[in-house]
Amino acid sequence: MEFAFTQEQEMIRDTAAAFLAEVSSSEAIRRAMATEQGYEPELWNRICGEMYWQAITIPEAYGGMGLGYVELVAMMEQMGRYLLCSPFFSTVCLASNALLLAGDEQQKTHWLGKLCEGDLTATLAFNGGHSGWSTDAVTATWHKDGDNYVLNGDYRYVIDGHTSSLLVVAAREEGSTGEEGISLFLLPADTAGLSCQWLPTMDQARKQATVQLCAVTLAGEALMGEAGACGPTLARILDLAAIALAAEQVGGSQKLLDMTVEYTSERVQFNRTIASFQAVKHKAADMMLKTEVARSAIYYAACVAQEVLEEGPMAAELAEAASVVKSYTSDTYFSVAGDSMQLFGGVGFTWEYDVHLYFKRAKSSEHLLGNGAAHRERLAALLLDN
Amino acid sequence: MKLSFSPEDEQFREEVATWLRENLTGEFEKLKYRGGPGDEHMFPEERLAWEQKLAQGGWTCVGWPAEHGGRGCSIEQQVIFFEEYARAGAPGRVGHIGEGLAGPTIIAFGTPEQKEKYLPGIVTGTELWCQGYSEPGAGSDLANVKTRAHFDEAKGKWIINGQKVWTSLAHESDYCFAIARTDPQSVAHKGLGFFLIRMDQPGIEVRPIEQITGTSEFNEVFFDEAECDAEDIVGAPGDGWKVAMGLLGFERGVSTLGQQMQFQNELDEVIRLAKSNGAANDPAIRQRIAAAHAELKIMRYNSMRMLSGQSGSDGLLQKEALIYKLFWATWHRSLGELAMDVMGPECEVLEGGPYALSRLQSMYLFVRSDTIYGGTNQIQRNIIAERGLGMPKEPRVAAK
Repeated sequence: MEFAFTQEQEMIRDTAAAFLAEVSSSEAIRRAMATEQGYEPELWNRICGEMYWQAITIPEAYGGMGLGYVELVAMMEQMGRYLLCSPFFSTVCLASNALLLAGDEQQKTHWLGKLCEGDLTATLAFNGGHSGWSTDAVTATWHKDGDNYVLNGDYRYVIDGHTSSLLVVAAREEGSTGEEGISLFLLPADTAGLSCQWLPTMDQARKQATVQLCAVTLAGEALMGEAGACGPTLARILDLAAIALAAEQVGGSQKLLDMTVEYTSERVQFNRTIASFQAVKHKAADMMLKTEVARSAIYYAACVAQEVLEEGPMAAELAEAASVVKSYTSDTYFSVAGDSMQLFGGVGFTWEYDVHLYFKRAKSSEHLLGNGAAHRERLAALLLDN
Repeated sequence: MKLSFSPEDEQFREEVATWLRENLTGEFEKLKYRGGPGDEHMFPEERLAWEQKLAQGGWTCVGWPAEHGGRGCSIEQQVIFFEEYARAGAPGRVGHIGEGLAGPTIIAFGTPEQKEKYLPGIVTGTELWCQGYSEPGAGSDLANVKTRAHFDEAKGKWIINGQKVWTSLAHESDYCFAIARTDPQSVAHKGLGFFLIRMDQPGIEVRPIEQITGTSEFNEVFFDEAECDAEDIVGAPGDGWKVAMGLLGFERGVSTLGQQMQFQNELDEVIRLAKSNGAANDPAIRQRIAAAHAELKIMRYNSMRMLSGQSGSDGLLQKEALIYKLFWATWHRSLGELAMDVMGPECEVLEGGPYALSRLQSMYLFVRSDTIYGGTNQIQRNIIAERGLGMPKEPRVAAK
């Protein structure tokens, strides 16, 4: 039992922080978010070429760095702090995890290798437009036609779906429900019958898309795992993604807290800095409490996620850990963002100041992969319904 | 960063669990789940006997260094001990103030003679301690201590006059560690001394305070020409505040994990009740139970972070430690409210007259003190903002 970063992990975190402070300035965020693509290709090329972040959790056997989930969480925390506009979350936390958990050797060797080379970005499409984010949200369907699989259906909220060169899509056997009947498929973006469209969103710093599958016909090599048996794997992929997203939420909360303390320490009213008022201090203290508690939560969940990748003894706790952490960090980020805007006063309401960027991200991340109430209900079912 | 314990530590866990299973029996059976906060007045003699039973098994002061009579357990082993202790439902420790506060202070700041004189009684569970900090005029403003200590040259002793309040277990205790003003001209945190005072003497009177629960764990302690031997001051006269504050760090140690296991026992009871009376079908109750569970789970890992922390070496509390009191106290208070809402109208009905509270009713009432003692939530927020965030200190108003 050792619940602190190793020196190497601290170095990874600090390196990420230093790099992001340089490249993800307010100006850079605003440039990227104004585009439909949502990120600047030069920066993504630097991330892949110089930093090699896209390969962080990919095992060395496939050309990756072979690091674990604790390192990934440390890095996601910094990306959330600096609101990095990039396809990192979709490529690494969704698609790469899906390949690691569901792909066969050939698929892993081929696609993880390509991911490591930085040649492509990828994402996961599964939600047919439901407010729920479990496997129930899968509405697209597959059926067999000879040796081929035919897919039909629509997806919403697909992160970076319109720019990804590879999509992992979930579809269910017609007539199935819940975790039953679900298969995962690998689709290059130029697959016939596949169309992806940008979906403009309130949070402009992370792009979403709709994806449509119209009689998409795939050979068997596009299928990941056993046909119809991938529901539990998809659930694990989503839980792992929720943990990574939670780390981003903690980084964002920390940045809001830092900005708020800095601003209130400079802003003078009644001949004193407003940070000297107890009403302001106490709100800031509550923001710090929630942020620190949320940080403890993501480190715990990261350790559980790591055990999933290593098939360790705590792997069975993944669903619980994901819901514990995502429920707390979702509520925390939004509450901290709201408090921050309040303490900034009028300027926090302007486009010019950065508070609104984080405020919008907080709401977006709160609902992505299940909000607090949804994850609490999942915990309640674990605790009460047996 | 890794959560699982080593095979050696898991073996230690088995050793602790086995000892508790074999010894928390017979006359001690009735102590299970008793003597926690709000219940500390129950079975004092039996719990003292239990304390000595623990001592015989070598299970007191497990985290103290062996040279001071402790078991010298690693942090991991201490975590395991406190978890297994609470899991077994073993009773609230009558010796916890000595083991957790007085002893570590004496080890850190005491003389060799003080260590020799006081530590063995704590280790053997034969001498109990209480803490004399708060006074009627020194609550949140703890440094505003008025109790005086002057050195009587003729007697060669310190003479203590004044009053302490909210002193837990004073009526059971053999000794009190207290801060008193050694320099009568001084104000605030300057000019204080830290004293180790024998309770059984004519100059000390203990009066119980009847609380909201109708029970009395807290007391007032009156000092009227009470005596304290010359060698029983820790540090020099004037060092009292430094010693007292050094002690606050010990309150955030491994024992917080034992406290959390008690919280878990309480939450488990709430969950059992909700499942049996149908409250578990109420969507609002489900949300609150899930939130309580999630936050308790995180509380455990927040403590692990505190214990594994590297940034505490500068003597400053790490951020996760700074927020801990506010977090657990607020959580626990909410649990009390949740327990009553799960009970529904039955929450009003007592187990019997005249005022026999159930465990959950007692908990619900007692937890109102959690957000007040040991630094109120408001004081905690000041501390977090000032020390954790570097925001300006509260302005000082000059004494009139």
